[in-house]
Amino acid sequence: MAERERRTAPPYGGVFVARKRVMDADALRRAITRIAHEILERNNGLEGVILVGLQTGGVPLARRLAQAFVEIEGAEVPVGSLDVALHRDDIGLRPVMPEAVTHIPVPLDGAIVVLVDDVLFTGRTIRAALDALTDYGRPRAVQLAVMVDRGHRELPIRPDYVGRNLPTRRDEMVDVHDEGVDLGEMVKGVRP
Amino acid sequence: MAEGRLVVRGGTLVDETGERTGDLLLGDEGTILAAGEDLDVPAGATVLDAGGCIVAPGLVDLHTHLRQPGNEEAETVETGCRAAALGGYTAVVAMPNTDPPIDCAAVVREVLDLGATAACEVAVAGAITKGRRGEQLAPLGEMADLGVRLFTDDGAGVQDNRLMRRALEYASALGVTLAQHCEDEALAAGGHMHEGEWSSRLGIPGVPSDAEELMVLRDIALARRTGGRVHFLHLSTAGAIEAVRAAKAAGLTVTAEAAPHHFTLSHALVASYDPLYKVNPPLRTDDDITAVKAGLADGTIDAIATDHAPHPPEAKEAPFDQAPPGMLGLETALALALTELDLPVRDVLGLLSWRPARIAGLHRHGGPLTEGAPANVCVIDPAATWTVDPAALASRSRNTPYAGRTLTGRVRHTVLHGEAVVVDGEAQR
Amino acid sequence: MKHLLSIADLGTDGIEEVLHLTDSFVEVSARPIPKVPALRGKTVVSLFYEDSTRTRLSFETAAKRLSADTMTFTVGSSSVNKGESLRDTVETLRAMGADAFVVRHGSAGVPWQVAAWSAGASVVNGGDGWHEHPTQALLDCYTVRRARAERGLDPALAGLRVAIVGDVKHSRVARSNVLAFAALGAEVTLVAPPTLLPPDLTGWPVEVSHDLDTTLAKCDVVYLLRMQLERQHEALVPSLREYTARYGLTSGRARLLADDALVLHPGPMNRGVEIAGDVATHPNAVITQQVANGVAVRMAVLFLLLGAGGDLGG
Repeated sequence: MAERERRTAPPYGGVFVARKRVMDADALRRAITRIAHEILERNNGLEGVILVGLQTGGVPLARRLAQAFVEIEGAEVPVGSLDVALHRDDIGLRPVMPEAVTHIPVPLDGAIVVLVDDVLFTGRTIRAALDALTDYGRPRAVQLAVMVDRGHRELPIRPDYVGRNLPTRRDEMVDVHDEGVDLGEMVKGVRP
Repeated sequence: MAEGRLVVRGGTLVDETGERTGDLLLGDEGTILAAGEDLDVPAGATVLDAGGCIVAPGLVDLHTHLRQPGNEEAETVETGCRAAALGGYTAVVAMPNTDPPIDCAAVVREVLDLGATAACEVAVAGAITKGRRGEQLAPLGEMADLGVRLFTDDGAGVQDNRLMRRALEYASALGVTLAQHCEDEALAAGGHMHEGEWSSRLGIPGVPSDAEELMVLRDIALARRTGGRVHFLHLSTAGAIEAVRAAKAAGLTVTAEAAPHHFTLSHALVASYDPLYKVNPPLRTDDDITAVKAGLADGTIDAIATDHAPHPPEAKEAPFDQAPPGMLGLETALALALTELDLPVRDVLGLLSWRPARIAGLHRHGGPLTEGAPANVCVIDPAATWTVDPAALASRSRNTPYAGRTLTGRVRHTVLHGEAVVVDGEAQR
Repeated sequence: MKHLLSIADLGTDGIEEVLHLTDSFVEVSARPIPKVPALRGKTVVSLFYEDSTRTRLSFETAAKRLSADTMTFTVGSSSVNKGESLRDTVETLRAMGADAFVVRHGSAGVPWQVAAWSAGASVVNGGDGWHEHPTQALLDCYTVRRARAERGLDPALAGLRVAIVGDVKHSRVARSNVLAFAALGAEVTLVAPPTLLPPDLTGWPVEVSHDLDTTLAKCDVVYLLRMQLERQHEALVPSLREYTARYGLTSGRARLLADDALVLHPGPMNRGVEIAGDVATHPNAVITQQVANGVAVRMAVLFLLLGAGGDLGG
């Protein structure tokens, strides 16, 4: 889950305490390479593809995917970033604040947008992202790549590319970072 | 033969002549029949308990806006006088800025008639100029014949130097006093609070202290030339008080008053933008507050006058610069003076009772508490603490700036012409 | 944050937060469809007792780009005393579902009164008398930061020398800008004849100068205030011509400015009075950027008041 959401999502604050490493750095790297291959295969190359990382957790993964394309195909794809705070459906229900400025480097009309996020959970962030994208144009297709799908969907949203399917309890937390993926929970009353 | 109707029992009698313990026997013809210790209670007489209390001559307010005729939604003679009685007053001087203004015998008579049955005696101040327009003298003689002793255009000062000189000359022959609201309109124009640090910060146009001081200096000069008697209403600035101090030292017969809000509230309160704190003259600086207190202490200022100025709630809900100036005062003045002034009780009572009584020519008020003197008395519990609650005030309006403030000293009983008009803090009329 | 009444309510951190958030709304405004659903279902009322079409349109554009509904209540100042009371108006509009009031009034302090009667709705001060105009100050600070960044200069306001020139006494813009620039660490100098300065500057974090030429040569930002034409009739200046000669940013005087000094003006300009026409179009005059940034800053303010907080208790 993105840093921002860990800080503010219910139960509002607390500290992430890792219990188990579910992917190490090598597993993470291999998953990125595999997803890059899947994207290439699915789209018959990189023509018209743009990677859009969701702020904040999806942005570094989008950059790593772009680097993988350079290594595999020697091709550069545009990388954007999208902050969906202003499109969320829970504004007014919990504190929501844009964390970073959205950056879409190329027009989206006719493009193949691959949304990249670290963890897919309820699907609400992706719903907001799909909404936000439409303000930039009409892509030919939108695909979704996530490092971890932890289940518990609340909307009919399905990823196209998954690093790892990870069964979780609702109250658990998944933390994706450079060195791997941890499963744990938020502990309240502990100061970060 | 007058019969004893009321006995004020067990208090400390305080008047201009001194302090002593004793009871008062008050007669049904409105005079004090006896003053002394352990008086007998005649059959049928009522006893007013004054244990632990100060028994003083009734207070006299030189500056009350009763709003009648014309603005009865703000106050009436009846409600204003009830508030006055609850505040310990047995006489008030009604200001003439009514609608129509009190600028001729007919309106004087109307207000006096309204006051005849009220809970305190109503004296009237007449306007100096017709319609308070500052252009032409009002019939001062016609009004003086009805007993008017103070004349003022209060709400505005007489701007025209020559007209003010003529008014003083004319008044000197009538033996009456001209009371001036000192405010030079050219300097004050457009101002809504004291010009200074806070007006600058708050972006509210200011009234400079000079607007008051210049007119005080002018009137001192004119009083010297004409021999007319000038009374300065609601002095609020250190400079004006210093000018009056110098004039008195030079032997001029000028007198002055100050209002409780000018020794208790500063212009910083306007930062709330609450028009409750809008008043004319405006709340001034801490230095001015200190100067008002010093003027009251050394006799430069002769009287505390309330400038009781009722306004209905909707008038005070306007934007600050559109709201009318003025605050209630009758029910809080005594307690504020006792709480905020570091003066002996007898000096405070002098400022509230016998000294203003003399300025207003109200010889039946202001004591002394001796046999044969008029039975206008107030009984004050100096230790009682109470919290100002606008809803509990007797005034028809609610615009007190002291809501929630805890004060020490409260009127227990008020006796007007031998009749108890306030008993145990409850109005009887 | 419940209301934005004064820059003083925000403090340095609050100003920084608004400016940081404004970046996101500048980006939104640049989108092909410059609209986000953040404030769907919220109603923003413009309560304007003074003609100010530009400020009103700027706020309403901001509200609409956030998908809020807007209502407009404008009253000519002349009819204020005839119509219903301010309190009744506020309570009526609140009953119609207003979630926020943007208040513009010729009398200082009115937004505070509206806030007392708004029964939970947020209030934004859109300019009150001579007192404050906080969103103008925020957009001015934002404009300086962004313009400096675009020129490769350090965008921080700390240590910048800002000259505010002209009729400070009657200016709500000046009062808010003094507070905002000073809160961000700028050194503010007021340049005006004594008749156009507030009578008592106790507590103001400013220097005062009556000599524009000397001040211009060493300032990073010159902020010109609008000169009201009627001031000459109030004996505050002998004539507009003399004012321009001593305090106007004329073409000749503009040459005293450093190459990277910025020129700002809250608009509308009196060309030829406080600012020469060719100075207003100089590349370092960022007056139209102020207007553009105004919408984004007001989006940030409305979002902070109505969207960001959420119901923490829920």
